[in-house]
Amino acid sequence: MRDVNQNPCNMCMPMGGIFAFKGVEGSMVIIHGSQGCSTYMRRHMAEHFNEPIDVASSSLNEKGTVYGGEANLKKGLDNVITLYQPRLIGVLTTCLAETIGEDIDRIASQYMEEKSLTDLNIIAASTPGYGGSHAEGYFRTARKIIESLTYKTEKHSKINIIVPIISPADIREIKRILNALDIEYVIFPDYSDTLDQPFARPYNKNPDGGTKLHDIASMAGAAATIQMGITVDDAISPGRYLEQQFGIPLYNLPIPIGVEATDRFIDTLVRITGCVVPDSLKQERGRLIDAMIDAHKHNFEARCTIFGDPENVYAVAKMCMENGIVPAVAATGSPSPKLGEALGDHPHICVLTESDFMQILEKSTEENVDFAIGGSDGKFLSDEGNIPLIRYGFPIHDRIGGQRLLSVGYTGTTLLLDRMTNTLLSIKYDNYRDKMRQRYLADMQR
Amino acid sequence: MFNELEERQDFIVIKGRHKKAMKCDSHSVSGSVSQRACVYSGARVVLNPIADAVHLVHGPIGCAAYTWDIRGSLSSGSELYRRSFCTDLKERDIVFGGNERLAAAIDKLVQLYAPKLIFVYATCVVGVIGDDLEAVCKAASSKYGIDVIPVQSSGFMGNKAAGYRAACDALLKLIEPVNTDNIGKSRSINYLGDFNLAAETWIISNYFRSIGIEINAVLTGDSEYAKLKKTTDACLNIVQCAGSMNYLAHKLNDLYGMPYIDVSFLGIQDTSESLRKVAAFFNDDDIILKTEEMIKSQTAKANQAIERYKHHLCGKKAAIYVGGGFKAISLLKQFREIGIDVVMIGTQNGQPHEYDTLQELADEGVIIVDDANTSELEQFILEKGADILVGGVKERFLAYKLGVAFIDHNHNRKHPLSGYEGAVNFAKEVYSTVCSPVWKYALDQGGDSAR
Ligand code: SF4
Ligand code: SF4
Repeated sequence: MRDVNQNPCNMCMPMGGIFAFKGVEGSMVIIHGSQGCSTYMRRHMAEHFNEPIDVASSSLNEKGTVYGGEANLKKGLDNVITLYQPRLIGVLTTCLAETIGEDIDRIASQYMEEKSLTDLNIIAASTPGYGGSHAEGYFRTARKIIESLTYKTEKHSKINIIVPIISPADIREIKRILNALDIEYVIFPDYSDTLDQPFARPYNKNPDGGTKLHDIASMAGAAATIQMGITVDDAISPGRYLEQQFGIPLYNLPIPIGVEATDRFIDTLVRITGCVVPDSLKQERGRLIDAMIDAHKHNFEARCTIFGDPENVYAVAKMCMENGIVPAVAATGSPSPKLGEALGDHPHICVLTESDFMQILEKSTEENVDFAIGGSDGKFLSDEGNIPLIRYGFPIHDRIGGQRLLSVGYTGTTLLLDRMTNTLLSIKYDNYRDKMRQRYLADMQR
Repeated sequence: MFNELEERQDFIVIKGRHKKAMKCDSHSVSGSVSQRACVYSGARVVLNPIADAVHLVHGPIGCAAYTWDIRGSLSSGSELYRRSFCTDLKERDIVFGGNERLAAAIDKLVQLYAPKLIFVYATCVVGVIGDDLEAVCKAASSKYGIDVIPVQSSGFMGNKAAGYRAACDALLKLIEPVNTDNIGKSRSINYLGDFNLAAETWIISNYFRSIGIEINAVLTGDSEYAKLKKTTDACLNIVQCAGSMNYLAHKLNDLYGMPYIDVSFLGIQDTSESLRKVAAFFNDDDIILKTEEMIKSQTAKANQAIERYKHHLCGKKAAIYVGGGFKAISLLKQFREIGIDVVMIGTQNGQPHEYDTLQELADEGVIIVDDANTSELEQFILEKGADILVGGVKERFLAYKLGVAFIDHNHNRKHPLSGYEGAVNFAKEVYSTVCSPVWKYALDQGGDSAR
């Protein structure tokens, strides 16, 4: 354990929980704790998605902290119902609520009883900020949602698709691929519309979209689950729960970024459903390979640092390797033992878990990387280490369009690869003349 | 005015012929989606610009992660303040206490950066698990012979205003003079309540320099340990962001007899008046003459620049939702300077006397609201037909989704809003959003295109 965290590379659990709930239709979140946590998380998300992010807080004060926050939370639930008329309320805890020992499951079920609410679900997930990062908070909450909404149900032929934190554009792309394959599916959590709302008048503070409640319930009868979560611990894995509880076969795959991972995703779908891969997808694959060949010399033996949540770090690292780019440093702020395991066969990768940006900077400098890829907090690497940053993942605060970054599937991979290659090219071209002058002309003139 | 939440009713008034009592400076209503932040946030805003200090967050990681380098304060020297240090408390620390972790973190930071000053911010859990911040800081302070100052900023202890006080208390500890002989001896002044966002401290300091007044210490824009230690040398404190710094000015007056005057450098009129006030304090013909000359030339220049924007903006309607009452009052005046009517004014943490002032200044029918939630903002902006909202990051995207123009008045902005330059920027910012062609396309997107 390090004595002091210098420039955090992760966020806290309830942040991930908000993402999971935002992927459910008609949901609203209340964070049980003091006002600041909720406001900070909203701000963090708002600035990335360029969307109003409505998340309530139970606004615990001194009294609530000393005598228990039950009354605050119940009042908060009342007000959320009045203002938003949600179909589901997600309750997430904070460090404060957990420390004072709030039993939110009990409070939630008691509240439902007191108010004899029948057409409203309240799901409480325990997400103490100190218990893990946003990545764990996300899966933990996603699992809790599934645990709460599923029950033994009739078998059907749909496929469950469980996604990690990726961009709304990525979710839409995965849906497009599934549609192209003519597959019936339930994708969860689907925050592709709720966190990337089209402009429309009049404004609707309860954005359309999100996985439907009955679709989530139906996940217990699906033909299979594909979960993009190879770094996810079984204890918080929603897919594992569906397997253990209802016998739904689980295919735990990486995010389909890169040729191999996208092939694997599509092959798995073909294997499960017997669907036929349309020419259009084959062409997309062909274009990706074409792009990889076009760019291969520029990319070969380039070195990079990848940081962020474990699932994204893994996927991007693999994709780099396909192109001859060495992911010299793969770093996450999460504890994630599985990231190390998954990248274990590649001794040239330095895997950092529970890391911070100071450590990432040190390693990156040591490893002489050409660029870094991850959220905008990585600007620290550029500012202090002169390492160009390719913005990817969450959060991106200093550029626009994080919600539109497309990186999955053959087409998304092509776009991501272009972003990398172009970064390398701009380094090369920016320095080309000076470098050559210094290297050769200086000698000649000596 | 109809409000879906009954307990919010008293926080809202409509300006009428008589002043009405309104509730403020109170706890947020649970579940209302308040826009407020926490005590820690308030304390950090005030202390963060102290550039060569280590700012250590004692708590779990989130509180530090969400506040890493999110403010635009500039420094002329050290960049240390832009790092986010955190004890990163974990489950076992919550159970067994975080004192040792805190001590270890301080040890490490001293070893790495050899700072003269460390601020240790308490977050919510720290207030509950019973860590003895004072004791740990004191021990570290004597161990290393540096200032290690605890900031009592546990989030649940109140709101942002409580954070300002916590920060001021920390500052008082820092600036307590060792040598009382020099108190008030210098001819220079302290400038309180400017955080050098987008170089604002530098802009104002230049004005003072050119009228012959030196600035001793700024609290806290572009400040550093050594300068702050000499705070009490100055002969006058001028106080801008009253919400955060009034308390400190009072205390400095009580403790060291330092006089203070309120100033505001937002808007042309306020800037000129403030400069005059300070000049008058010195009662020096040369200073007064230079001040008048500068006011004349700067005002002419600024007015000319603003004229270009003004005629596009006349008659537009603005809604204000900002952190403190001081800012709201200034903005109300600034909008008037460019011909815009204000139709809604709200603040997160306004104080009673500030709301009084707002009620006096506002036109009849204006909605005045404390700690508005998103639903109220939406309702008021639409009902009042505002063309533009001024606020912070969270409000920006609400405005945009409502098809309403927006300008930032937060701590992360990159454009100065202080002084004459700031007044021009303000007009330009307003112009660049209100007069953008994009709104035309937003009009008929989706259902109601009646606006
Ligand atoms: S835990 Fe407390 S101090 Fe930290 S962000 Fe939340 S409210 Fe603020
Ligand atoms: S780490 Fe804990 S206290 Fe801090 S913001 Fe996250 S939940 Fe709140």
